[in-house]
Amino acid sequence: MEPYQWTIHEARRRLDNKDISSVELTRSVLARVKAVDGAVKAFNLVTDDRALADAADADRAIARGETGVLTGIPIALKDNMDTAGIETTCSSRILAGYKPPFDGTVPARLKAGGAVLVGKTNLDEFAMGSSTENSATGATRNPWNLERAPGGSSGGSAAAVAADMCLGSLGSDTGGSIRQPAALCGVVGLKPTYGRVSRYGLVAFASSLDQIGPFTKDVRDSALLLEAISGADPLDSTCSTRPVDDYAAALERGVKGLTIGVPREYFIKGTDPSVEKAVQASIRVLEGQGATLREISLPHTAYAVACYYLVATAEASSNLGRYDGVRYGLREEAGDLLEMYMATREAGFGTEVKRRIMLGTYALSAGYYDAYYRKAQQVRTLILRDFTKAFDAGVDLVVTPTSPTGAFRIGEKADDPLQMYLSDIFTISANLAGLPGISVPCGFDDNGCPVGLQLIGRAWDESTLLAAARAHEAQTSFHTRRPDL
Amino acid sequence: MSDDVSNEVGISRNEVLKIAKLGRLRLTDAEVDALGKDLNAILGYVAKMGELDTTGVPTLEHAAEFGDTCRDDENRPSLPREEALASAPRTGDGCFAVPKIIE
Repeated sequence: MEPYQWTIHEARRRLDNKDISSVELTRSVLARVKAVDGAVKAFNLVTDDRALADAADADRAIARGETGVLTGIPIALKDNMDTAGIETTCSSRILAGYKPPFDGTVPARLKAGGAVLVGKTNLDEFAMGSSTENSATGATRNPWNLERAPGGSSGGSAAAVAADMCLGSLGSDTGGSIRQPAALCGVVGLKPTYGRVSRYGLVAFASSLDQIGPFTKDVRDSALLLEAISGADPLDSTCSTRPVDDYAAALERGVKGLTIGVPREYFIKGTDPSVEKAVQASIRVLEGQGATLREISLPHTAYAVACYYLVATAEASSNLGRYDGVRYGLREEAGDLLEMYMATREAGFGTEVKRRIMLGTYALSAGYYDAYYRKAQQVRTLILRDFTKAFDAGVDLVVTPTSPTGAFRIGEKADDPLQMYLSDIFTISANLAGLPGISVPCGFDDNGCPVGLQLIGRAWDESTLLAAARAHEAQTSFHTRRPDL
Repeated sequence: MSDDVSNEVGISRNEVLKIAKLGRLRLTDAEVDALGKDLNAILGYVAKMGELDTTGVPTLEHAAEFGDTCRDDENRPSLPREEALASAPRTGDGCFAVPKIIE
């Protein structure tokens, strides 16, 4: 096994035993990037020099005995997290060349924890998409099948982990943008409870939904990386001051005594039969480990995508108002200020971003606000109540497929925005309700591409989520499979 | 393309142009047509929320719990002016430069 193939916890053990230095580990990872990223295209930017400098710092820290969980571990960041002096583009022409003057809180915590920055990963422009095709830098490929999409919007972060081009990575999840690409790339992806992780320095898409979370090769790494980034931040008032659990300590708690809800609305016509088969088999694995299964109903599920595409686009239309050609990024010169704004935004934004700004602006405009935006916010309450009712009735976790299909072909849904939106049908509700969710590898579809199992938990109960995910992983070997590249 | 997009929700071409201006987007003719069609398809889909009676249902703006999350209001070092301006496409006299607004 090559060092670049290690999990974070395996690398931690080797680094602490002095079997290998962080510089050697980082060189192994960078060589892997060089060997396979020409085909996968997961990275917008590989920060080789910074990585080797970080690794040398980490080796000195290890020699001094100042070692944390992430000291010397190569990690990649989605390119919508601000990194001081390092290009942060959101895969948009409008931010091409932008070097933020500050680190976001999550990149700062990784740096302070001694992590090694491998680079910035590709995404759908401003995280708007489900395939990582809507990128000004070009589409990322699924490492399992280069003709297929890795999912999105954090497709670069998912593909980078799946192709062993980093030991772990971070993404952001607004409607499934961590869990869906994790499922399609065969890795573990976790969206924490809304408010668990600071968003300071995460370029805002839809502020009531966005949350940062980890992509990893196994569940233990997910717990370790989540713990490293969680917790209060004076720079983000939406970040909770609740204490952070010891997630790693919860991993071996198992599922005995837990009640797992199986919502009938998530097992529907339209899901690929090979996906459904893999998911059902994994639900039996959880049952075999002592969980009690209970069929439940989340009756407003069918309205979640509609609700989301009004709430998210309304917030996006407001958040993206800041791209005006004045303070950073692209400017198209014009005779007056309004013309300059419009020319800049015409040239800088891609089609999907324009589409969402248009939809959100419409939903917030005079005469339509009540019919669309307000209605969506009421439906959002109903969606949250569905989950609250299930949890109040004794359900500890909800289990579903992460995505109705495995990886789809690049270009397959590109011309039909509504079909693309529907690929998030199983992940969106957790964002609307603010709940934590995880996707873990649970098999392969008829095309030989990975399938993900989603678990959704109570707010702030990532521990139970991780324990159940680990119980499933302990009985299966899907997470150990890697694509041939 | 006619002014009235044939769809039961129906955003007209003029409305597309009006929304684009509100959103500070300049669109090509082809984009006006394509986005009009897309928006009508999406609005046709989201109209399914109308099936739900939401009378008396409160709105949910976010699922956050806001507690004691305000930090003290104290002076802290701010970004130096040259760093704040470093990414600007145009500057002048230590400020962001924009086209003339007032004659």
